Amino acid sequence: MEDLVNQLKVQIIKALKLEDVKPEDINPTAPLFGDGLGLDSIDALELIVLLEKEYGLRVENAASAKKIFLSIQSMADYIAEHKKA
Amino acid sequence: MSRKVVITGLGVISSIGNNVQENYNSLTSLKPGIGHIQNLDTVHKNIIPVSEVKFSDKDLAHMAEFDMSRPVTRTTLLGIIAAREAYHSAGLDKVAKLRTGFISATSVGGMGKTEMLYQKYLDPADNGDFMKFLETHDCGESTERIAEALGIKDYMTTISTACSSSANSIMLGARMIKAGMLDRVIAGGVDSLTVFTINGFNTLMILDKEHCRPFDDSRQGLNLGEGAGYIVIESEEAAKAGNRPILAEVSGYANTNDAYHQTASSPDGQGAFLAMKKALEVAGLTAEEIDYINVHGTGTPNNDLSEGTAMTRLFGTQVPKFSSTKSYTGHTLGACGGIEAVYSTLSIMNKTIFPNINFKVKMKELDLAPETSLLSGVDIKSVLSNSFGFGGNNSALVFKKI
Amino acid sequence: MSSKGFIKSYSIIRNNQAILNGEEFLKGAPEDDFATFIRSLYKRLEITHSPFYKMDDMCKLGLMATELILKDAAIKEKYTETEIGVVLSNSSSSLHTDTSYYETVRDKNNYFPSPAVFVYTLPNIVIGEICIRNKIKGENTFFIFEEYNPEFITDYVNNLFSSGKLKSCIAGWVEFCEGKYEVFLYLAESDQGDNTIKHTTEQIKKIYNF
Repeated sequence: MEDLVNQLKVQIIKALKLEDVKPEDINPTAPLFGDGLGLDSIDALELIVLLEKEYGLRVENAASAKKIFLSIQSMADYIAEHKKA
Repeated sequence: MSRKVVITGLGVISSIGNNVQENYNSLTSLKPGIGHIQNLDTVHKNIIPVSEVKFSDKDLAHMAEFDMSRPVTRTTLLGIIAAREAYHSAGLDKVAKLRTGFISATSVGGMGKTEMLYQKYLDPADNGDFMKFLETHDCGESTERIAEALGIKDYMTTISTACSSSANSIMLGARMIKAGMLDRVIAGGVDSLTVFTINGFNTLMILDKEHCRPFDDSRQGLNLGEGAGYIVIESEEAAKAGNRPILAEVSGYANTNDAYHQTASSPDGQGAFLAMKKALEVAGLTAEEIDYINVHGTGTPNNDLSEGTAMTRLFGTQVPKFSSTKSYTGHTLGACGGIEAVYSTLSIMNKTIFPNINFKVKMKELDLAPETSLLSGVDIKSVLSNSFGFGGNNSALVFKKI
Repeated sequence: MSSKGFIKSYSIIRNNQAILNGEEFLKGAPEDDFATFIRSLYKRLEITHSPFYKMDDMCKLGLMATELILKDAAIKEKYTETEIGVVLSNSSSSLHTDTSYYETVRDKNNYFPSPAVFVYTLPNIVIGEICIRNKIKGENTFFIFEEYNPEFITDYVNNLFSSGKLKSCIAGWVEFCEGKYEVFLYLAESDQGDNTIKHTTEQIKKIYNF
């Protein structure tokens, strides 16, 4: 799980071009949107693309997207759970 | 700059009717046009509801009296039908020709045909008759064909600023008449449903899988629609010259930018607030003098909250009666400002406020409820009509009883 | 007829060089690519605006040229947000980014359209980014010409001044195509103040050789 979290951090920094941010700066349980990393709705759509591209997982609607993208940890949980199935 | 700009003609086609009278009948009998996709070939056919004009391109060509041996798009056909109705209802065919312009808005133009033919276009070996459709892709092409159908030669232009497009075409027309550059303008817009828009909005996750519920707490997004709406606007002198009835006045308009985000509207509704405030200033009206607002009200969580916040900021606790007629027509994108200009004028003429159907529960954040039943016998002196586009391109128009 | 405005400051960025009011502000190494050069300009300007990294090349270019001309202009003290406008132009629209976007969708087996690239497939997004960064809410338009047309732009902006719509305006040319880039932006003001350059085509031809 820790590997997955670290891998996600690197992928997110690259996909969202967060040049000022280092992986170790991101608290995996901190909110991705709002106060945390300060991501916006376009970033959210890029995260959906990332999940599909890197993990083959589709996000079906805005309500489930909200839950999945709460934090890096919630993203990792979602990936771990759905990759197995 | 003191010339009055008045409305002398209306034309509309939408999912709720092929002309002004049919649209009015549906609006007053609470019949929305939202349902399953019929005309488009898409994987979303039975999943995503839309507000379609229920005729094939062939039927529309017949209605538009267009020769189908020429390349033509659904956008052009819808536009001809509505623009011609506006032109004739103003009696422009019967009066001496003054300097006349055609200002048409569209967001997708000929995309509907392009997406059908795209793979064929790319194949160098395939050079069939379809190649003639290439030239119909451009947004300006529909404007040229519609102007040609009406015989308008003095001036034409196309505006494409997403969902505020046709409000902006009415604003440009009114300003050109005020500045003395034209005597009359047929202004409004048209858009047809495409796979491109359905997929795009679906990717943005702002399409409601049920009928849209503008301003309701449970709203999940918009329903896409198609159609066209045009109004004939003239200088007061030009209108009086033909002894033709004046339906209302275009008394205020404004377009502003949010300076907030590439796509989302600002949470405090700053752009929407400024657009409404400036339109009132141009009209020389105070906030209390607005009797009804035909809101943008798409049904997306973001728009309705932002627009509602802006209304509360401008009108305080005295927000006028308001409704979103997109609960009937869906969101017709580049056409909505034109269609809603027609509906706003009908409200003034018939002393009627069309309800915001499907509304049940106020959103948590704001103490705002639209009208949910048909109101008749209301003396409406001034209507505010909002059209807000992606990227904070916000417009508001004021229509006034004469 | 419209009265003329004045030019407060101007910037030129091309060939790995940034010029402010006729003087070199930064020169990159000849071997630097655009990404490296514009990043060093961003650092040199000592600003913090993290969305910068997410922007497409044309927006980065327009935004940095704007930072230069606004550096010492104190527009926020002088004007309200709706008294400042932006009128820009170029010749290849957003073609540079349109092409990048097309790269994300051209292969059916590697089909991942990027929303973050898609939002930059319009030329006037550079105006949007300038407005968002500087909280500018006045009149704005983006024109497309075959080549820089100072007659048209000066007339247009001077007319906005004389009709009372604006008191100051960021105007000029922002072009980015196939790796080649060129920007000339200036801040025009309706009042003379301590400005010495008149906002006319002749003056523009003196300060900017294009």
